[in-house]
Amino acid sequence: MSAAPVPAPAPTGRIFNLQRYSLQDGPGLRTTVFLKGCPLACAWCHNPESQSPEPVLVMQEGRCIACGACYKVCGEGEVPSDHPEACVDACPTGARQLLGRDVAVEELLVEVMKDRLFFDQSGGGVTLSGGEPLMQPAFAVAVLEALRQRGVHTALDTCGLGRWEDLLEAAALADLVLFDLKHMDDAQHRKWTGVGNGAILANLERLGRRHPQIWIRVPVVPGVNDDPANLEATARFVASVPGVRRLDLLPYHSTGAAKFRRLGREYLLDQVEPPSEARMASLVDLFQAFGIPAHIGGNP
Amino acid sequence: MNERTARLRQESLDATPSLSSERAGLMTAFYREHLGKHATPILRALAFKHLCQHKTVWIGEGELIVGERGPRPKAVPTYPELTCHTAEDLRILDTRPMTRYTVAQEMIQAYEQDIIPYWQGRSLRDQLFAALPEEWHGAYEAGAFTEFMEQRAPGHTVLDDKIYGKGLRGFQADIACSMALLDFEKDSEAQDKRDQLEAMAISCDALILLAERHAEEADRLAAAAADPARAAELRRIAEVCRRVPAQAPRDFQEALQYYWFCHQGVITELNGWDAYSPGHLDQHLWPFYQRGLKEGSLTREAARELLECFFVKFNNHTSPSKVGVTAAESGTYTDFANLNLGGLLPDGSDGSNELTDLLLEIIDEMHLLQPSSNMQVSRKTPDATLKHALKVIRNGYGFPSLFNADAVVEEQLRQGKSLEDARAGGCSGCVEVGAFGKEAYILTGYFNLSKMLELALHDGFDPRLGRQLGPRSGDPSAFRTFEDVIRAFEIQTRHFLDIKIRGNQIIERLYATRMPAPFLSVLTDDCIKRGKDYNAGGARYNNTFIQAVGIGSLTDSLAALKQVVFERGDLSLSELVVTLDSDFAGHEPLRQRLLNKAPKYGNDDNAADDVMVRVFRFLFQAIDGRPNGKGGAYRLEMLPTTCHVYFGQVCQASADGRRAGEPLSEGISPVQGADRNGPTAVLRSAGKMDHVKTGGTLLNMKFTPSLLEGEGGIDRLHHLVRSYFKMDGHHIQFNVVTAAKLREAQAHPEAHRGLIVRVAGYSDYFCDLSLALQEEIIRRTEHEAFAE
Repeated sequence: MSAAPVPAPAPTGRIFNLQRYSLQDGPGLRTTVFLKGCPLACAWCHNPESQSPEPVLVMQEGRCIACGACYKVCGEGEVPSDHPEACVDACPTGARQLLGRDVAVEELLVEVMKDRLFFDQSGGGVTLSGGEPLMQPAFAVAVLEALRQRGVHTALDTCGLGRWEDLLEAAALADLVLFDLKHMDDAQHRKWTGVGNGAILANLERLGRRHPQIWIRVPVVPGVNDDPANLEATARFVASVPGVRRLDLLPYHSTGAAKFRRLGREYLLDQVEPPSEARMASLVDLFQAFGIPAHIGGNP
Repeated sequence: MNERTARLRQESLDATPSLSSERAGLMTAFYREHLGKHATPILRALAFKHLCQHKTVWIGEGELIVGERGPRPKAVPTYPELTCHTAEDLRILDTRPMTRYTVAQEMIQAYEQDIIPYWQGRSLRDQLFAALPEEWHGAYEAGAFTEFMEQRAPGHTVLDDKIYGKGLRGFQADIACSMALLDFEKDSEAQDKRDQLEAMAISCDALILLAERHAEEADRLAAAAADPARAAELRRIAEVCRRVPAQAPRDFQEALQYYWFCHQGVITELNGWDAYSPGHLDQHLWPFYQRGLKEGSLTREAARELLECFFVKFNNHTSPSKVGVTAAESGTYTDFANLNLGGLLPDGSDGSNELTDLLLEIIDEMHLLQPSSNMQVSRKTPDATLKHALKVIRNGYGFPSLFNADAVVEEQLRQGKSLEDARAGGCSGCVEVGAFGKEAYILTGYFNLSKMLELALHDGFDPRLGRQLGPRSGDPSAFRTFEDVIRAFEIQTRHFLDIKIRGNQIIERLYATRMPAPFLSVLTDDCIKRGKDYNAGGARYNNTFIQAVGIGSLTDSLAALKQVVFERGDLSLSELVVTLDSDFAGHEPLRQRLLNKAPKYGNDDNAADDVMVRVFRFLFQAIDGRPNGKGGAYRLEMLPTTCHVYFGQVCQASADGRRAGEPLSEGISPVQGADRNGPTAVLRSAGKMDHVKTGGTLLNMKFTPSLLEGEGGIDRLHHLVRSYFKMDGHHIQFNVVTAAKLREAQAHPEAHRGLIVRVAGYSDYFCDLSLALQEEIIRRTEHEAFAE
């Protein structure tokens, strides 16, 4: 008699947010799980707190009533003590928040399955986003696998940078891959995101031959990546990838600025204005000319 | 709208609501002469006939559907036999800034000299208050509950299709048949039944007489008309009025005019709640529409014109004005007439048709305060029809509200109705469910859930009135567990429900014996068959509702109290009660914790939702199935109208962080601003209630227009509605307007008089609402995209 195989412990993941009634990350009504940690550090990032894989204690000034309850627990400094949970708990208004919590796969599933009825009704499902899901590949794969077993539509929203094997394994369990493209020029890519684009483009090229449902997402950041040369290069490249079904142009907006400052980081795009509607419409035309179904915003 | 209906609509909007003493004068003169000479039902029927014979007949220029309750549009009669205004009431109504009714000096004089002296002590309201016991008055004064029947008669009902195949002469034949079957030997009630049936027959004559007077007036106007086209219309109106209601209608116009005469009859006889409604109008008119098109006597545009004329008639009928303390409060002009669209046919198939779409177009185009409208959405309702309704909703007038037709059927089956009757039923007033044309479903008053917890936390003592109001349910300083709190809450709730129901028995009996409604009885099965009045249990079904208010506030208060006192141990229950008594003075951090860190209903969080479910089950068990005085049973309803504002005013601060006097949550909606996980979480929380066990629930959601743009916006709304209805949700309504726009309207009401918003089960002019209600509507969560 042989011993029963010991099942591998289900991995635990670190998530940053869980958003229900998410409308921008794939078809139908969705729940988007934001995983913590990202290999990129985009200058326009809406959620710079999500970049670090570690939990981050943040302060929502608008909610603070200056009651001082947190100082008694975690001291007056901006940098939290070694027990941030106590600091968060002491705050009566929710101004003190700890972003990043560890969840087991089963625990997360209970949360995301709450909206199952809405998924079924609307053709929606669950999107793994971030941060970058491939920073926690075992967790991402376990979640996607569990959702697939339950017949829930899944989407993987990735910046494209990760081990090819991880991407392939996760993408194989995703009904839809949302793949971000920021810049076609390696140096510019490095300048604005902190890393080069070689591995990203290579991943997309390979994935495009294997996965039939890829939606490309391009943030349109004036002065950074919206010059005709870059956009045309993007269009040419995307048009050559077989699995691409559509491309979403996401207009830049400055919601990240305040968060950068709060984290004591420099915001490089202070002078940048969001692109006009007319400008966005003309970009749609540019991509359409390459035979790519392009849309403004990620709202299907 | 064409030129005619656009003008009629504008005239209706421009007309100033006023009070008319005509009905009061006629009624007083009649009672002076006849009281004591007839059995009560016959007295009431003869009084109705007296009104039909002598009231002013008004036919407006260009009208195609005729009949006004008062002597002219928006002239509102009074009902002194039910409730008699004081001269002071009339002066307040004439001068208050909001929802004013102009009152002529001569009317005040007539009241002072003639009407008040006759009805004082004689009106039903005076008798009712005298008959109710001390305990009832105490609870009423404390705001534990309100009373529906002290100013208006039990109405709350809707017509089915019975008039479209039978004239009132036909109903009189049924009455004669029923009379012939009376057994004076074996049935001790036979004489009473004979009186009731005779009264019903008289009331039919009365309405036919009223129609004949309209025919005569139309003939007179036709003879005088300079325009031959108008003269022809008037001659046609005269012909229609001689046909209906005496005989069955032959075409679209006659069908509409017949209903409208019935409507006039019901709201002239008494001032019953929610006026009266035609029910499934699209279904009822469908045969006439089809036949007209086929024969070439009707076009879609001609049908539209007639329907628009019909809509204007509803809008001309401002609700009866209140008396007493409520005269000073800003009320509403709406009288809660509510059209049903779509739904199911009695055979279970989809009830929507081309008229459903035509009516939606009219609702969108006219956006009048009255009639309200709702769509009954079943599994079988085509997506395109529902999406049409959603597009109308998106335009921001709050119409139509949406009901789950399948749940509405199931709710009625649970109450023991037949499947066909349930399918032919629907919703009226705000969210109430009834078997149309066959049921007296009476709302008796709102019940203040937050007050019950407040009393439980004070051992039955009412802090506002400063006296022992409820039973001693235990000193909270001795409560060791959360269960002790729940037990005390249940003791208080049962106690006040008992008081309410004992009071209802007295009131129902008064209506049954002193204020029968013979004409409404003709229109309600099985009053003729049983020889019994609508107010005495003559209807086939008789459900009585108690409407619980503030389940969101109560849930959040209990969940917060459980957390801070019994789980975290931040403070003792006694300390919490003292803090609440002081309205959180010096304890803002605690209030913030209660507001921000405690579990909140509406977030799909079982820490709160389990409490809601538990309270709901308790209320259901405490109310459902208890016998009423009409052979029917009590049912639970979760509907606030605007009462959550008043109930908040009589409650001190609560453990959910709400300050003293602020509104409670409304319907089954979360506390204003407490839902932070988006609309799916709200629907999931609300869906945990067993809606099928209620007589109606009300869920209000507010969306900003940007979230609903384009086809995608309509698709998403459609998915939310369908999903909620799959969870057996009963009703959902949407306010689509920005907070900024509402603020602007508040600042400059003169520029936004036409702004209609969804209040609670009905829509109203935003600028006519009280400041507290305006603020509350602004605070209701705007579901914007939640990008952090």
